[in-house]
Amino acid sequence: MTDKPKDCSIQIITGNCTGCTMCVKTCPFGAISMVDSAEAKKGKLAVIDYMKCTLCGACVESCKFKAIEMTVCKVAPKVALGDYKGVWVFAEQKKGKVQSVVYELLGKGRELADALGTELAAVLIGDAVEAQAEELFWRGADKVYLVENAGLKSYQDEPYTNIIVELVKEFKPEILLYGATSIGRSLASRIAVKLYTGLTADCTALDIDKEKKILLQTRPAFGGNIMATILCENYRPQMATVRHKVFKEAQVDKSRKGQVVKKSYPDNLLASRTRISDVVEEISSTVNLTEADIIVSGGRGLGKAEGFKVIEELAKVLGGAVGASRSAVDAEWIPYSHQVGQTGKTVCPKIYIACGISGQIQHLAGMSSSEIIIAINKDSQAPIFSVATYGIVGDLYEVVPALTQKFKEILKK
Amino acid sequence: MNIIVCIKQVPDTQDIRINPETNTLMREGVQSIVNPFDMYAIEEALRIKERLGAASTKVTVLSMGPSQAEEALREAVSMGADEMVLMSDRAFAGSDTWATSYTLAKGIQKLGKFDLIICGKQAIDGDTAQVGPGIAATLDIPQVTYVKKTEDIKEGLAKFERMTEEGYEVIETPLPCLITVVKEINIPRLPSLKGKIKAKQSKATVLGAKDLEVDPDRLGLQGSPTAVKKIFTPPKRTGGQVLQGEVPDIVNKLADSIKDVVISVSKT
Repeated sequence: MTDKPKDCSIQIITGNCTGCTMCVKTCPFGAISMVDSAEAKKGKLAVIDYMKCTLCGACVESCKFKAIEMTVCKVAPKVALGDYKGVWVFAEQKKGKVQSVVYELLGKGRELADALGTELAAVLIGDAVEAQAEELFWRGADKVYLVENAGLKSYQDEPYTNIIVELVKEFKPEILLYGATSIGRSLASRIAVKLYTGLTADCTALDIDKEKKILLQTRPAFGGNIMATILCENYRPQMATVRHKVFKEAQVDKSRKGQVVKKSYPDNLLASRTRISDVVEEISSTVNLTEADIIVSGGRGLGKAEGFKVIEELAKVLGGAVGASRSAVDAEWIPYSHQVGQTGKTVCPKIYIACGISGQIQHLAGMSSSEIIIAINKDSQAPIFSVATYGIVGDLYEVVPALTQKFKEILKK
Repeated sequence: MNIIVCIKQVPDTQDIRINPETNTLMREGVQSIVNPFDMYAIEEALRIKERLGAASTKVTVLSMGPSQAEEALREAVSMGADEMVLMSDRAFAGSDTWATSYTLAKGIQKLGKFDLIICGKQAIDGDTAQVGPGIAATLDIPQVTYVKKTEDIKEGLAKFERMTEEGYEVIETPLPCLITVVKEINIPRLPSLKGKIKAKQSKATVLGAKDLEVDPDRLGLQGSPTAVKKIFTPPKRTGGQVLQGEVPDIVNKLADSIKDVVISVSKT
């Protein structure tokens, strides 16, 4: 056991602790233990090991006796908070085309901006991308900050970081959102460090605290086993990344117009030490897994690599993407880029069809927020059925081809 | 060449179960493991060492955490890492990703000259993927995230394949740089007997806040821009309908239930 650090704000209230051990069982970090104590009601007292404690608060929630108290530390704001106004969305583009996650963020961004009574802006960086600004306005942006340069055609960490850092310093937004893509995650982390501000990854809910006018950022942790609401009270901008399909795309309103604010920066800020020497596209199906509305996934129950043929056929008819469980990838039946789950991709399509997937917690972590889950498995006890909207206990080699045939008829393919 | 691998000790989330009565996490029997993505980072460092020659390359594993995290470092040494450094101080407690990146970067600076820093793509307890790029930004060095292959590496220069949503990019970078690696990059080796003996005999160098040139206001909870306001268990997703009967009947029932969604999706 170690002493309580000076800025640590969690403690056990000896008088309330009953020694029930619920907190010991709950703590994800094993930071709480029970000791014999004469002062405690029932002779046992919970003790927090502050070296292990991350102040996640899970124990506070679990305690039925209000014996654990966690207070938010009062730290003086690091910046003049009132100077920061407006909600921004990073308008990620690839090959000059704005990515769909941006329109999802603009939908949510509009709500947040309206709740704060402020404006919504998009940050568009690239080469000859001005034409994309129009749709950003249609989707709810009031302003587009546009930075164009031949060297900015493809995303690179350093110039993109430098530009956004400069824009933030000049125009001071209070909120800045990014898609939780391979680009957004790399970029936002670098920007957070440069600006000394907070960043919350993979938010599944964003709201405004009406009283304090700050952003409430909710995200899953421990593979979705717990949810945490995170604040960035004293630093600006409040930054978050959000995965594909978490929010609904903003509707198109072609009557909407906005203002383009063009900025340019000196060459030293546009320089990149890394260089992209080749780009290879290799996803075997044409649909990007994280963006797909429908995913058909195969697991160990397929029994063989050839089993993915029936999966692919159904995916093709439905216009969806092909996913896989870790065991199917480990068996080398399909490349890793198709893996769904904790060590693969996190997806939330409208329909997820799990074929021959038992549903290990690490797989569920990657797909359990899908709108409709269909499970097809021989084993009626498979955990996948506990999350499935529709469960079919049966042979996937009978069910899946029949389903493919059925949808060929329905969709007249 | 000096390679630093940053690792984290995490609870094995595959062991985590939810208590159905209280709807809370059950920690009993949950093992601490080396974050799985960090295993690929350790393995990649060892492969680069083998490629460049063992005599000229040193692999140091670094972790920030409680004293128990030394177990995780030992595992890396048993696989073949040369040295281990544990950053442990109660001043680091409650760090968010900003403060963690800052602290690890300061620890790395303390270790002296380095050429390559390798991190796993993310840790499985927090899943943020922010600390790797955060370290790179603090040290002001280039980064290549989601690396799936080391194509080439030599003094001062390297070439990596970076996984993207569509495939991959080949990225050339000067050294020093930081990379984060994905599962596809390699298959981590098992510890050797010799390694295990070495790990048993080794001791981690321990660094605390006093050993670092840091701004104490930027450490731990106090230095963290974000704070957890509340933790809650998500509403449990419950199983729905189990469709029964002959295959054609089941398929018809299912098709009727999801047909509208499928048709609406196919139109967009």
